[in-house]
Amino acid sequence: MSMASTGEGLGRRDLIKRSAALGLITVPTMGFLSACASGGGEPTSGPSKAATSAQNPFGVAKGSKMDVVVFKGGFGDDYAKAWEAAFDKKWGTTSSHLGTQEITGKLQTRFNGGNPPDVVDNSGAQKIKLDVLFKSNQLADLTPVLDAPSLDDPGKKVRDTLIAGTIEQGTQGGKFVSLNYVYTVYGFWYSGKLFKEKGWTAPKTWDEFLAVCAKAKEAGLGGLAHQGKYPYYINVVIMDLIAKKGGLDAMKAIDNLEPNAFEGNAAALAAVEAVYEVVEKDLLLPGTNGLTHTESQTAWNQYKAAFIPSGSWLENEQLKQTPEDFDMQFLPVPLLADSKLPFEAIRAGAGEPFIVPEKAANKAGGLEFIRSMLSREWSTMFAQQANSLTVVKDGVDPGVKLRPGTQSAVTALKTAGTNTFNYLYPDWYSEMDTAIQDASNELMAKRIQPKEWIKRAQAAVNKAAQDPNAKNNRRS
Amino acid sequence: MSQVAQGRGRGGFIAGFLLAPLALYLTFVIWPYVQTFGYSFTNWTGQSPTFDFVGVDNYSALMKDEVFRGALWNNLLLLVFVPVVTILLALFFAFMVNAGGRGGAGGVKGVRGSGFYKIVYFFPQVLSLAILAVLFGAVYRTDEGGLLNGVLIKLGLVDRLHPIEWLNEPNLVLWCLLLVVVWHGVGFYLVLFSAAMQSVPKDIYEAALLDGAGRAQTFLKVTLPLLWDSVQTSAVYLGIAAMDMFVLVSTMTSGQFGGGPDHHSEVMATVLMRNFLYFGKSGYACAMGVVMLVLTMILSVITLRATRRERIEF
Repeated sequence: MSMASTGEGLGRRDLIKRSAALGLITVPTMGFLSACASGGGEPTSGPSKAATSAQNPFGVAKGSKMDVVVFKGGFGDDYAKAWEAAFDKKWGTTSSHLGTQEITGKLQTRFNGGNPPDVVDNSGAQKIKLDVLFKSNQLADLTPVLDAPSLDDPGKKVRDTLIAGTIEQGTQGGKFVSLNYVYTVYGFWYSGKLFKEKGWTAPKTWDEFLAVCAKAKEAGLGGLAHQGKYPYYINVVIMDLIAKKGGLDAMKAIDNLEPNAFEGNAAALAAVEAVYEVVEKDLLLPGTNGLTHTESQTAWNQYKAAFIPSGSWLENEQLKQTPEDFDMQFLPVPLLADSKLPFEAIRAGAGEPFIVPEKAANKAGGLEFIRSMLSREWSTMFAQQANSLTVVKDGVDPGVKLRPGTQSAVTALKTAGTNTFNYLYPDWYSEMDTAIQDASNELMAKRIQPKEWIKRAQAAVNKAAQDPNAKNNRRS
Repeated sequence: MSQVAQGRGRGGFIAGFLLAPLALYLTFVIWPYVQTFGYSFTNWTGQSPTFDFVGVDNYSALMKDEVFRGALWNNLLLLVFVPVVTILLALFFAFMVNAGGRGGAGGVKGVRGSGFYKIVYFFPQVLSLAILAVLFGAVYRTDEGGLLNGVLIKLGLVDRLHPIEWLNEPNLVLWCLLLVVVWHGVGFYLVLFSAAMQSVPKDIYEAALLDGAGRAQTFLKVTLPLLWDSVQTSAVYLGIAAMDMFVLVSTMTSGQFGGGPDHHSEVMATVLMRNFLYFGKSGYACAMGVVMLVLTMILSVITLRATRRERIEF
């Protein structure tokens, strides 16, 4: 009897303990919440600071620790591992590496707790919003890096080795706080092998483009493949045709939400009609309107279509699906008659923001890491490992063999020179962007005509003009 | 130990046991609802802690929002079709595998191989919605690589150069999604109804058979009334699923959080998420959330009331 009652008592106590434990779960949660509010405290006084010199402008301490976190997305994280190895070799540091897709999940508590990593590639769907970090003083000012001597040429400052627009893009409230490292160019892509086999030449005008598509159709292929489930891609083509035909003013009119951005803009109508011609002449890859980006890109890799639109991440994204001898080639969007910009002009912009946290234990190491990223050696490493370009001007060693797609993008960028442009409205007005994409999807499915597209796009612009941000977002 | 002390101990035990879960429930379920309600009167962007009070602006904007109204309409369509089609099919199959066999001497049994069918029908239920989306993505693929298009093209019913763009056709997309939900749900409700049917005493069926009732009559006059409780519960569950639909629509259809083409497969949850996370209109999205909550509650009450019947005891 006594045994039984003891047992019963224990059971009860156990239960109470368990329910109390359940209650305790809330305690660490509260801890996180309060950490959000406070987070302050003195930065951990690290040992990692040495005397500065011309070779060591930020005073990296030999033998210190480096903590690097990178977004492991389309570019993988092999490039970062190669960098860390090079950094450790030069400075005698020990780097710890984390490649992850959950930047917020892994880092928010560390930022709040005052022990963030030394370098972060803050990218992907779960990046921490930059403006939020900036407002809570979590971002180190990277201006000293810009003013430090370039590793390739000590007579030059780092800021003079960057492609135009990089600094503006990484500036918040007048401070340069994020280095957008990857330079992306947008346009069409084709297989050099297929074109050689069929005797086609890369088109420079839209009529030639349609002619190649028609030849492809005769040969039993599709002309243009596009990532129909994501009208973002075909929108790039439409918008680039507008910018090239109407010139930079036509592009700015859209970004600045002018009342005649689309309606009454001859360049816009001509661009939409040109894309619609592909649909009307039945030159699309059958079914492409409903395919995802991987499905349509893979079909294109299987020589089922002549062209596909995309940014220069395409080659790395399709690495596994691309046949060895595919010979991927970049093509600037071909020209309509009477275009204001030359054929070589391309949409280009910087992405993939790298930051150094203000409270990093080894801030000097972080800054030096950023400076090293902007050297030709590291830029070349990135181009080789991640098959993409960086914001370093001529940042790829010409002696190094790149994959054909990346190589063709390097060449196109060089040929374009100062003839690059970039739309800003997708970052400023996501609702307008989505509305225009919806219209493009309808256009490609032949459910609306170009005039209707123009009407819908203008309606989206007019609606965005009522956005409270519209007053601040202006470009000239 | 005296009786009183024991009683007090029990009271303390129960309180200790209930308070912690209650606190958790209040903190993580009720409080967010209250907060959502509060945010729905602000112009909160979801990205900054500052916002202004805007009164019922969000709600009046919601009334004029054609996309949201379209989504509401789609939800209502699904609300009618998902439960009706799923329950009818499940009932039919359940009846066939349990009582549909050609009766031997007074025997009530399922069609031949019914045990096997029961297992097979349950298969879809063990798949998660994410897998389902991938699976049916391949079925509905818009080029000849898709299962449906591939078969139709082989049969010569569809032109190879113009395959059917299932999920990209405004008039088809919602029905394609409905089929996935039904395919997924029928097996589970079949098993549920089977269990209910098996608890019906066999002599009732035998009596019906002796009185000369056919299969249809047996079903309508005997099985269905005895199963009414299960059917009612199923209707509520399926109704709630039809009000949601977020996972399937957002992964299978085009557009930011799905809803495409051109909003033809939009449901309230997809419009809400797009406004909340992508457009930076979190206050507005909270207003949608409140509307959804109210609608779901009203519908649950209506379903439970409308399907209330006198209980048949056996």
